[in-house]
Amino acid sequence: MALLEVNNLSKRFGGLQAVKDVSFSVERGMIKAVIGPNGAGKTTLFNLLSGFAEPDTGEVRFRDAWIHGRGPHQIAASGISRTFQHIRLFSHMTALENVTVGRHVRSRAGFVAGMLSLPWTHREEREIREKSLNAMEFLGIAHLAHDEATSLSYGQQRAVELSRALAAEPEMLLLDEPAAGLNMRETADLANLIVRIRDRGITVLIVEHDMSLVMKISDEVVVLSYGEKIADEKPLAVQKDPQVISVYLGEDEC
Amino acid sequence: MFLELFFQYLVAGLTYGTIYAIVGIGFNIVYNTTGIINFAQGEFVMLGGMIAVSLHSLLPLPIAIAAAVVLTMAIGALIEMTFIRWLVKPAVLRMIIITIGISILVREAALHLWGESVRSLPYFTGNEISAFSFGGVRVSPQVLWTLGICSVIVISLNLFFKYTMLGREMRACASNRDAAALCGIPTRNMVTLSFALAAGIGALAGAVVSPITQTSYSIGTGLAIKGFTVAILGGLGNSMAAVAAGFILGILESFSIWVMPTAYKDAIAITILLAMLFVRPSGLFGNKEAFRLKDF
Amino acid sequence: MKRYNHILILIAAVAGVQVLTAVLGKQFYLTQLTMTAYYCIAIVGLTLLMGFAGQISLGHAGFFAIGGYTSAVLTTLDLSQFKDSSIVSLLAKLFIVTSRQDLYGGQVLSFNPWAAFIIAIGLTLVIAYIIGIPVLKLKGHYLAMATLGFGTIIYSIVLGTQRFGAADGISSVPAFTLLPGLAVSGNTEFRVRNYYLAWTLVIGVMVLLINLINSRVGRALRAIHGAEDAAGAMGVDTARFKLNTFILSAALASMAGVFLTHYNGGIGPSEASIMKSVRYVAIVSVGGMGSLWGTLIMSTTLTFLSLRGYFGTFDDAVFGAILIVIMLFSPQGILQFDVKALLKKLLRKKE
Repeated sequence: MALLEVNNLSKRFGGLQAVKDVSFSVERGMIKAVIGPNGAGKTTLFNLLSGFAEPDTGEVRFRDAWIHGRGPHQIAASGISRTFQHIRLFSHMTALENVTVGRHVRSRAGFVAGMLSLPWTHREEREIREKSLNAMEFLGIAHLAHDEATSLSYGQQRAVELSRALAAEPEMLLLDEPAAGLNMRETADLANLIVRIRDRGITVLIVEHDMSLVMKISDEVVVLSYGEKIADEKPLAVQKDPQVISVYLGEDEC
Repeated sequence: MFLELFFQYLVAGLTYGTIYAIVGIGFNIVYNTTGIINFAQGEFVMLGGMIAVSLHSLLPLPIAIAAAVVLTMAIGALIEMTFIRWLVKPAVLRMIIITIGISILVREAALHLWGESVRSLPYFTGNEISAFSFGGVRVSPQVLWTLGICSVIVISLNLFFKYTMLGREMRACASNRDAAALCGIPTRNMVTLSFALAAGIGALAGAVVSPITQTSYSIGTGLAIKGFTVAILGGLGNSMAAVAAGFILGILESFSIWVMPTAYKDAIAITILLAMLFVRPSGLFGNKEAFRLKDF
Repeated sequence: MKRYNHILILIAAVAGVQVLTAVLGKQFYLTQLTMTAYYCIAIVGLTLLMGFAGQISLGHAGFFAIGGYTSAVLTTLDLSQFKDSSIVSLLAKLFIVTSRQDLYGGQVLSFNPWAAFIIAIGLTLVIAYIIGIPVLKLKGHYLAMATLGFGTIIYSIVLGTQRFGAADGISSVPAFTLLPGLAVSGNTEFRVRNYYLAWTLVIGVMVLLINLINSRVGRALRAIHGAEDAAGAMGVDTARFKLNTFILSAALASMAGVFLTHYNGGIGPSEASIMKSVRYVAIVSVGGMGSLWGTLIMSTTLTFLSLRGYFGTFDDAVFGAILIVIMLFSPQGILQFDVKALLKKLLRKKE
């Protein structure tokens, strides 16, 4: 069975049908991309999957459990991590501290244990620190651990955000326009990185505006237009799909 | 007899309701141009009443009131220029704390200036016992003065915002401050003006109602909470709805005396406020979708 | 451990001040210092809520009053006339209700202070939970007004209810015997003991809170403060963490209320007033929202000066002015005040 299954998902904002009847599935261990022009409903779809918005109708199934309508923290706890299109780091915290928050779902010290500083919480903290540093090393930013996160450069902040998502050891990683603001070389590096993440056994779902990144690395591509799915195929097939071409290049040129 | 009492309470409710409405409108004016809630709004009503009473010992009544209004407007503008004007995009929490601080300072200054005693202006016409009778319902002329002057305030504010250049500029500022600045509107002065305007109408209402409700240094906080309730009830930013909401609150409070001790009267406004905040923070007449887009 | 270094300094300071007052013969200062300690507990709890969870509460005096008044009412209630009822006799058997002598030598049957304390804290937890769920969904002005509204309701209930002594408050609250030989009371004979007791409580609360902010919970709270949506996406149950922090800080305020009421032998409605809540917020702001130690230092200083009457009739005005000045010039608290930056700014303006 597929790791993630989306059935007939719809969401309306006032008069705007942002996502309409979208269905697709993501198999374990693949890189899947959702693409579409601006305003196609990609970000809304993403928010529906990660619990930031509640679908009007439709279902989302992750690992045998229904997750639609659950809150973001519950979805995160079930094994889905996400990044944001506009980087969302915690201000007034170091890069390492930011990443350690990613371990929240993998640790359990609560108010009482925290106040009493029970011995097992110290062991837990050590493990949190180790795993967080590992995640930062994976992205090559371990040397920035003690810098204030929001004072880092744009690319470094993206890396911190990604380490934070990886520190949670998710089964599935949702990337919201990860190539936004990157130049060609950086985009190529990012492509490599995403493949390496997949090779660690993490299923990846990318929302992307830029076709070039996803065509190279994705196993399957979903194309959205005005909230509706118009294609769900292998990258090569998508590139030849006349409907997709018309959406991206405009009706007239067809 | 029952019907008479009913109308008596209704009239009392309307009188208080107009004052709440004016404070609520004051909140809205400042909120619209700045996006902040001025917790010191109630103090303007207090200042209007207190200054008018003091000046009345030297000046004839109409001039004393006019001078009180002008002085309070100046104080409002001065407060804005001293504390608000030069802050660049301050956090909401910071603004809340600053306006609370201002309200405390104004109140304490009033305490040192006027003491704790309760004061009031004389009745504009007639005295405490003179009354018009409408089919058995006795209405004090001062109630008519209050309702009349407050209606004039609301109508002229409406005309001002709709038909004068200055009013339109203020509205432009309210809907998009950056765009207004690009069009050459001096947005900072508009903010000062909004404080002065909010202070002015508060002061006028405070002076007019003082013969009925009396005034003292400490009435500001209570009025601020009620004015805020009214502003929320009508939907923040919507001044006409605030008038309706003011009447609703005033009348509810007035009739509450029938069912519960007077000591708990103030709790009504707060209960309504909390209920509205929890259930429908966009207000009775507000647009839920549009409300969500606002940034708090 | 490093995180407790400041605690050691605090312990030394507490002992040092006591020795100093004894040497100088100014033991009477200890009375206000003891009261200061209890206010500090409430204020430090509020710091956790404002500085770490990023939520303002303008009704915290309400929780202080809930603790103080519950305890005062229960321990001064005379149940003698119901002595024979089955409930009261059961409570008496459980030592929840005990008999004691009142000031005039008569026998009074009322709640044991320990029982009253537990009931007061329990009541606070329930109220904070019920209020917290809807209130903490609000943000910015709405949160401020809702908590202000809560505070006002508590104040008007306290002021308008005969059972709570209305404007006079409740007096002749008995001593709270924690352990044999250790009672919370204003009796000057026990002044030194009470001073150490109060500050031991402060130290205990500080240790607990320092542990908390250095734990997974503290990190989650700072994350909520930094970027709430991202914290949620990383699995932090933001609503529950905010609620728990709110309840914890309410419980601390309530505990402070209980102890101070026993120490003063009574409580009045001014403890529930909005001005008190605003004062707590002012002190948290001056201390630097995110600093427990900054708040403790400022809270000790300002509360002590205020209790000694140094601000005279300008008591409230001082706190109003503090609020404005801090928020205008140094929103990070007075200890973080950057003189150089201010001078630079002023000089640049003149150029």
